[in-house]
Amino acid sequence: MSQTSTAPAPTGSSAPAPRRGERARRLPNWSPWAVFLGAAAVVGVLWPVFDLNIALFVLYTVVLGTLAVYLLTRTVEGPRRATDRLVTCLVVSAFGLAMVPLVSLVWEVVSRGAARLDGEFFNSSLVGIVGEGGGAYHAIMGTLIITALTTLISVPIGLMTAIFLVEYARGRLKRAITFLVDVMTGIPSIVAGLFAYALFAIFFGPGIRLGVMGAIALSVLMIPVVVRSAEEVLKLVPNELREASYALGVPKWRTIVKVVIPTSIAGLGTGVTLAIARVVGETAPLLITLGITNATNLDAFDGRMATLPVYAYYQLTQPGVPPQFATDRAWTAALVLIILVMGLNVVARLISRFFAPKTGR
Amino acid sequence: MAKRIDVSDLNIYYGNFLAVENVNVSIEPRSITALIGPSGCGKSTFLRSINRMHEVIPGGRVEGKIVMDGQDLYGADVDPVDVRRQIGMVFQRPNPFPTMSIYENVAAGIRLNNKRMRKSDLDDLVERSLRGANLWNEVKDRLNRPGAGLSGGQQQRLCIARAIAVEPDVLLMDEPASALDPISTLAIEDLMADLKERFTIVIVTHNMQQAARVSEQTGFFNLSGVGQPGRLIEFNPTEKIFSNPDQKATEDYISGRFG
Repeated sequence: MSQTSTAPAPTGSSAPAPRRGERARRLPNWSPWAVFLGAAAVVGVLWPVFDLNIALFVLYTVVLGTLAVYLLTRTVEGPRRATDRLVTCLVVSAFGLAMVPLVSLVWEVVSRGAARLDGEFFNSSLVGIVGEGGGAYHAIMGTLIITALTTLISVPIGLMTAIFLVEYARGRLKRAITFLVDVMTGIPSIVAGLFAYALFAIFFGPGIRLGVMGAIALSVLMIPVVVRSAEEVLKLVPNELREASYALGVPKWRTIVKVVIPTSIAGLGTGVTLAIARVVGETAPLLITLGITNATNLDAFDGRMATLPVYAYYQLTQPGVPPQFATDRAWTAALVLIILVMGLNVVARLISRFFAPKTGR
Repeated sequence: MAKRIDVSDLNIYYGNFLAVENVNVSIEPRSITALIGPSGCGKSTFLRSINRMHEVIPGGRVEGKIVMDGQDLYGADVDPVDVRRQIGMVFQRPNPFPTMSIYENVAAGIRLNNKRMRKSDLDDLVERSLRGANLWNEVKDRLNRPGAGLSGGQQQRLCIARAIAVEPDVLLMDEPASALDPISTLAIEDLMADLKERFTIVIVTHNMQQAARVSEQTGFFNLSGVGQPGRLIEFNPTEKIFSNPDQKATEDYISGRFG
């Protein structure tokens, strides 16, 4: 009953012996930077000649620098390292290119919106405001209420759909639901708004504007996002944990409630928060379903409500005379919205950190 | 409360695929029964069919009978959840619940089933189970630490403690030591020797020395080819299997002349 097997005879080491004598020539680590500085200087000299602007200056510098780095490395260090440097340059340039709109957007919004980021903006509505002053208290509260309502509708439906898909559904039904959820993810937001409007128009007649309508329109957009993220997270829970629970004589539904969900609560929380961040800035469906108002309305079941995106839209498109004050308010509303979304992302990170299962090491 | 298990004419299917064919066996109470055989021959499938865990996999079903002390486990009115309460299971890889502390892991069988129990009784149960799994002295000062922070061998004993805390009649072990080092394996084997005073134990193992060391009865599973159902070739007292088996196939497998 011996289980030993003859060990394979040790074969000769296959690692190549290091070549001696010819030590590869290497460029110093700072050389790419120096090359790029040089390229910048060259292009800078040519600036007056060709009448460049800042964007062209950066573009030419990057192209020239990348070419120079590649050729220099190829002549000194050989083709393999040259390709490495070239790809590094391309990757960094692509990263830089991706950062340009992001940084410029944040910069623009902060610089223009900071002017009106004052107490009055958070404390007063637009009632009786012509020209200077006024705020977005009603719009901020509207956004918070609508988002809370949307979450209240979407999270239970979305989570339960995800649980059904992962734990119960199989075969054709599962594929059908997954397909429909995917289709729902791609619905244009305006269609969601029109759906909610048409739905309520049946019962209340045309021209109806309600906060809860907006919440339903946003739910159409949010549910598929919640389903997809929750589904992925629930799939990550190891089957062994479910089996361990079944083996203790725990019914399936209680296994889901007490083992599967607690194990994945961090991921679920993160997914929900990111889904909220996704819908909080939606404009088009709210334009149709909520309209806009200058007064504060905190009742989602009674009449028009203001929200930040729609507020920004109207302040910008119908500023009044002179337009400067309304335009300022629009930028500040955009800034507040960005801060709100950023805050939600921070919350998502905190959730995933605090609720993640601890290993105790 | 160890119980006897009688299996008669058992066929196990996954969908239309016959995985294990025609098993007839009697498993004695208060003893350890080992199941050996090559990979894919249906040992684990048979083990999981004893507490109806194989039904968790879509399409899993059986024909035939498994009777535990007169109670048909596959009777029409029998809830698989009740079966699993009486027949506990330990898995190949240690799988403590990552969100729970050591204490909560042991109490999981009670807590997850929403049984009411006084705090002091639950404390007693946890201590008794951990002592039963030879883990109490190592963890008594850190019962509130996460179970995932223990070493692999400790985690496996924690899983055993969790399984015996619900006081089952039978304990099924699916290669409980295959992911562990020799020291932890020895600890698990010693533990099994203690546990067989109280439970009927069925263990699947690839380690034949382990089967020879711990078990009273041994069953050898084999399959005649890929896609063929596995079958129980021989079931005899361990000494006989390892010294003078009835079947040629058993002898070939045990002596390493297999395949």
